[in-house]
Amino acid sequence: MSEMPSDLKYSKTHEWAKDEGDATVTVGITDHAQGLLGDLVFVELPEPGTAVERGGECAVVESVKAASDVYSPVSGEVTEVNTTLVDAPETVNEDAFGEGWLFKVRMSDASELDGLLDADGYAESLEAEDD
Amino acid sequence: MGLRTPLYDAHLAAGAKMVPFGDWDMPLHYGSQIEEHHAVRRAAGMFDVSHMRILDLAGARTRDFLRHLLANDVAKLKIPGKALYSCMLNETGGVIDDLIVYFLADHRFRLVVNAGAAVKDLAWVRRHAGDFEVAVTPRDDLAMIAVQGPTARALTLPLLRESLRAHAEGLKPFHAVWDGDWMVARTGYTGEDGFEAMLPSAEVPAFWDALRQAALRPCGLGARDTLRLEAGMNLYGSDMDEQTSPLEAGLGWTLAWEPVERRFIGRETLEARRRQGGLRAFIGLVLLERGVLRDHQKVYDRDIEVGDITSGGFSPTMERGIALARVNGDIGERVQVAIRGRRLAAKVVRPPFVRHGEVLVG
Repeated sequence: MSEMPSDLKYSKTHEWAKDEGDATVTVGITDHAQGLLGDLVFVELPEPGTAVERGGECAVVESVKAASDVYSPVSGEVTEVNTTLVDAPETVNEDAFGEGWLFKVRMSDASELDGLLDADGYAESLEAEDD
Repeated sequence: MGLRTPLYDAHLAAGAKMVPFGDWDMPLHYGSQIEEHHAVRRAAGMFDVSHMRILDLAGARTRDFLRHLLANDVAKLKIPGKALYSCMLNETGGVIDDLIVYFLADHRFRLVVNAGAAVKDLAWVRRHAGDFEVAVTPRDDLAMIAVQGPTARALTLPLLRESLRAHAEGLKPFHAVWDGDWMVARTGYTGEDGFEAMLPSAEVPAFWDALRQAALRPCGLGARDTLRLEAGMNLYGSDMDEQTSPLEAGLGWTLAWEPVERRFIGRETLEARRRQGGLRAFIGLVLLERGVLRDHQKVYDRDIEVGDITSGGFSPTMERGIALARVNGDIGERVQVAIRGRRLAAKVVRPPFVRHGEVLVG
């Protein structure tokens, strides 16, 4: 099992969210998710300014194998997207928890973060998936 | 748990991600499908294709039998060792499977068929073989490795035993040589040069290890699919099946109409279809925008739905979405493909997309 950063929050649908402390979160997919997908070849990102719902589809990551929706872990407004992924989607494979981030959201309800899993909780949900 | 080839443990040891493929557990990739793809285009890779089934046919009338059974004509096989690609059709002209037939010796031929269709293939071949008194022997005792890429043959030759090596070195494309239960054919499914080797299952792990030592990179089914798609080669079950005529799957070139008196299975229906006209076209597509083409996406020409993608994917060589598609009648040079509710422009091309490391479509 790959290392799960303890400063991040996680969703059961394999997104991570990092609280930037200024009411925004950075969102990506987990290392586990990129491993399942295989080599990414295309990332479709939302436009900055897009309103997103918690659990709503807001990006697509496509690997050689399949296309997969990315769900926003929090509600709010997209403030920034990782445009480097347009030319280098493999960055998500290489550094899912860092350089491979997807987009940032200004939260409309910061308490939604409390509803997400911590690293241990996400690790447990992965084990449950394997069973 | 699925069936395992004799190389199952070797795959795990090489870090393979194993996936179910039909009845089999097969390697999808060993870390990076794209790097494996490039290894075959630029150097040399190898594939465990032991899930493919080998059927040996023997009997005085085997040639007559195959001239009845197959849509291509084994009369073209005049020298032992020559191979031929053919469809095996049902009575209504649908494709039961596509296969390679090897002419071994007078009264002896070998078929290599797809894993996913092997059970029905065997039943179909046996059903018709009786009339010709042909014995059908599935060679479940043999395994198969494909070595593919510009340097694959040169790296493999020194690993062959003396009795095979000299003959294998001089092999022309679509020819095979053998010694006992070892057979080496200059064939493949990637659009690159290479060999397909059939050999006793008990000997295949050692051969695989020797190939690895010789720097042939293990490649999984993922790379196999993107390589064959770039090479414009059909995938049975996606691009054609029992409901699809080879005439509408880009396989018209494999149908041997001459001589007219050869009444191969499916011929009558195909002739009627051909006379009737209005056949759908089988085309290649290159996505002009960023994205990935996928099986079953709809194709539009000036806002009219004209067909769908039969197999699509991402071309690592071209770094674009590419696909094979079946569409109605005459279409323009540009079409649109529906991807998640949007219509993206694609260029109509004639496959193959890539052969011998070179991009062939603009």
